[in-house]
Amino acid sequence: MRIALFVTCLADTMFPAAAKATVRLLERLGHEVVFPAGQTCCGQMHINTGYQKDALPLVRRHVRTFAPYDVVVAPSGSCVGSVRHQHAMVARAAGDEGLAARAEDVAGRTYELSELLVDVLGVEDVGAYYPHRVTYHPTCHSLRMIRVGDKPQRLLRHVRGLELVELPAAEQCCGFGGTFALKNADTSTAMLADKMRHVLGTGAEVCTAGDSSCLMHIGGGLSRLDAGVRTVHLAEILAATEAA
Amino acid sequence: MSSKDLMLGRIRAALGDTAPPAGIPRDYRGDRVADLDLLVHRLEDYRAVVHRGVPIAETVAALAPAPLVVPPGIDPAWLPDGVKVLPDEGLSADTLAVAGGVLTAATVAVAETGTIVLDGSPDQGRRIISLLPDLHICVVRADQVVASVPEALTRLDPGRPLTWISGPSATSDIELNRVEGVHGPRRLHVILTEALS
Amino acid sequence: MTTFLGMPTTAPRGVGNLRGDEPFPAAARKALGNAQLRRNLGHATTTIRAKSGAVIGELPDWQELRTAGSALKADTMARLPELLVQLEEKVTAAGGVVHWAADANEANRIVTELVQATGHDRVIKVKSMATQEIGLNEALEAAGIEPVETDLAELIVQLGHDKPSHILVPAIHRNRAEIREIFLREMPGVDPALTDEPVILAGAARRYLRETFLSTKVAVSGANFAIAETGTLAVLESEGNGRMCLTLPETLITVMGIEKLVPTWQDLEVFLQLLPRASTGERMNPYTSMWTGVTPGDGPQNFHLVLLDNGRSAVLADEVGRQALHCIRCSACLNVCPVYERTGGHAYGSVYPGPIGAVLSPQLTGVEDNASLPYASSLCGACFDACPVKIDIPSILVHLRNEVPHPRAEQAVMASAAYTMDHPKLYAAAQHAAKLSRFSGRRLPPPFNGWTASRDLPEPPPETFRDWWAKR
Repeated sequence: MRIALFVTCLADTMFPAAAKATVRLLERLGHEVVFPAGQTCCGQMHINTGYQKDALPLVRRHVRTFAPYDVVVAPSGSCVGSVRHQHAMVARAAGDEGLAARAEDVAGRTYELSELLVDVLGVEDVGAYYPHRVTYHPTCHSLRMIRVGDKPQRLLRHVRGLELVELPAAEQCCGFGGTFALKNADTSTAMLADKMRHVLGTGAEVCTAGDSSCLMHIGGGLSRLDAGVRTVHLAEILAATEAA
Repeated sequence: MSSKDLMLGRIRAALGDTAPPAGIPRDYRGDRVADLDLLVHRLEDYRAVVHRGVPIAETVAALAPAPLVVPPGIDPAWLPDGVKVLPDEGLSADTLAVAGGVLTAATVAVAETGTIVLDGSPDQGRRIISLLPDLHICVVRADQVVASVPEALTRLDPGRPLTWISGPSATSDIELNRVEGVHGPRRLHVILTEALS
Repeated sequence: MTTFLGMPTTAPRGVGNLRGDEPFPAAARKALGNAQLRRNLGHATTTIRAKSGAVIGELPDWQELRTAGSALKADTMARLPELLVQLEEKVTAAGGVVHWAADANEANRIVTELVQATGHDRVIKVKSMATQEIGLNEALEAAGIEPVETDLAELIVQLGHDKPSHILVPAIHRNRAEIREIFLREMPGVDPALTDEPVILAGAARRYLRETFLSTKVAVSGANFAIAETGTLAVLESEGNGRMCLTLPETLITVMGIEKLVPTWQDLEVFLQLLPRASTGERMNPYTSMWTGVTPGDGPQNFHLVLLDNGRSAVLADEVGRQALHCIRCSACLNVCPVYERTGGHAYGSVYPGPIGAVLSPQLTGVEDNASLPYASSLCGACFDACPVKIDIPSILVHLRNEVPHPRAEQAVMASAAYTMDHPKLYAAAQHAAKLSRFSGRRLPPPFNGWTASRDLPEPPPETFRDWWAKR
């Protein structure tokens, strides 16, 4: 299958390892990955901060960039959530029904990584090997906006050598929330403190999730504590093999 | 301009040409058969005491509330001998507040929620009489029990004053845990009897 | 802009309790430092989430009920004028008197004058968000009338000279030990041997209020539901204080927001199943009272219903935001909100805290008066899932953030970021500039210092993904 990678601006700039892992994984599974060069940012930060009008050109760009592809994948539940639940809304608010319809069309062909693997490609065992004790944080937008359910855990359970430990109060937000972490830094930190306490309580050496943004938040807190727990994107675990 | 006209004008302006939804999807459950065992379980779960298939007068006598307030239309066969009965003919609040208990019938009981409903009929009386005494004994007939809330509403007359009672007076205001015993009756006994034949 | 009398209007300033003294982040900061508050809230919200989840799990048709509730509310709002007129006709025909109050000041004046006309100077009150919203207690006190709150949590708040912090349990921020202290200090005639067992504390409230219930001739209530078809009002409660207020006095005055309407009697079947399970986590609350006008020989013989706008028509004018009026005040969204769980309700400044407050308060007052509230959420979506009438709170929050006045510096940053991101060459250049600045480590300048106060930034990678891709 020919799959267009929607890398997301955060993974592109700060966490290319997650994006490269997505490419390696899909190619290992026998698919062709293409990277539409015109892509930048889906506009979620602008939309969620109250700058919907500024986001309009970014929505238009995203839709134009990905319209030619049958299947689009992103290593982020949050950015896929924005594409699915916000792009058409932004277009409609600007009175552009044509764009809204095209945005809905693209959204219908855009998948988060675990959705693409389980629902579209029909695979749960991706042949990965990752000999570590791992806990999984279901990010809010993966869980409640695009409802990936237990697909990430199903994929992780098939990874050889991986010991998956359940995260207590897993469904509670880590406190990132985009600009929430800046505008309400204290509350965000209080939420992060509880998330870190739960992660540390699992005894896991790795905390994984499907969103680099939440991992940046949790990982930033753990790093500040020198807690000895790493954050690793789900794609990197699924891309790992005995050979690599 | 009256406040009524002002408010209605503002609401109409706010709504513009908003149309109501095409229909209300009512795919929830309704029209089910009542389960008496479930009613008993749900009543007991919220700390009501249930007496089932027992003689009414003897059960009331065993609870020994004195004096026992009764509404004007109470079934005389339910009244035990030797218990002082106070028929409600406009009893004062002060008198009711120190009564030993009150005996009433009910209009409807809801199995799924463990609820009994009084509607002020002559055998249930004024709302105040089932509120101030600390013990409420309520007689429910099997044919008054419905499965759930939708069935209960179809049987009730909204024109009457209705009191829905689910267990004794309680509160969740301290640390969100339910504890029984605040302003209403602290003891609720339900006598469940056969249907009228 | 031309204004005319019929234009939807926000709630007036200077009256009521919809506006806080400081922005949410500042108020939240204080609350976050209160370890006892954090412990009390964590305990209470965890308890109620478990209880509510268990009884909701008993209903196989919970989602169908939510869908019906949502549609019923949308229908009610679309037909609000005709339904309000119908309600007035039915209540009037049943012996009640209906009053229309365009705002808090008018509602307070109407209620005060009704109480004064009875010749009494004390009212008993059953918990009501609408009367808290308009500051009725303050208005009554100013007129020499003593309002006595009879709900246990309201009593704790009133005796503790405190403010409510939760829609359902206004004293949620107090634990049993603190409640005991307040009672010992403030409750006349209390047993000095009072313990902190909840059942003992509830018993103390029973004894304290008993004489007041028996001797007070005027009551003020809110309403959970009003049935347009029949003119029936409904109050759901637990303790029996509601029954006392609705049954014992000679005069009953009910203050109700215009959005509390339900079209038909049978429609209650949806809300009476949704509300108790979503709010107190009970299959049914201990007591629900329903009355239609006046019943000769039973209960208050004078009944007044005050219909309150106070900004609701302004909410209704916003096509996205108007679903906030669907709220049935269950407080499920508060109980699942990770922000509320940590800051508590006082930080929101309004009587409506939590996620629903963050969308309702700014709309009632106009966003400029509650500009920080739409941002008091991480948009985690737990509130939307918990809402028994499916109010899409995250979408309303995002919508309102567009209406809020933005700081000038932020506007410039956002505009420039959007411009850059719409030009891939500029975007790639900016990525490299960020890398060169070694923007990593432990301390950043404002506004990013909020991040680095408690979190490190990751080391910038040696190359961006697109650089790597270009070399493949």
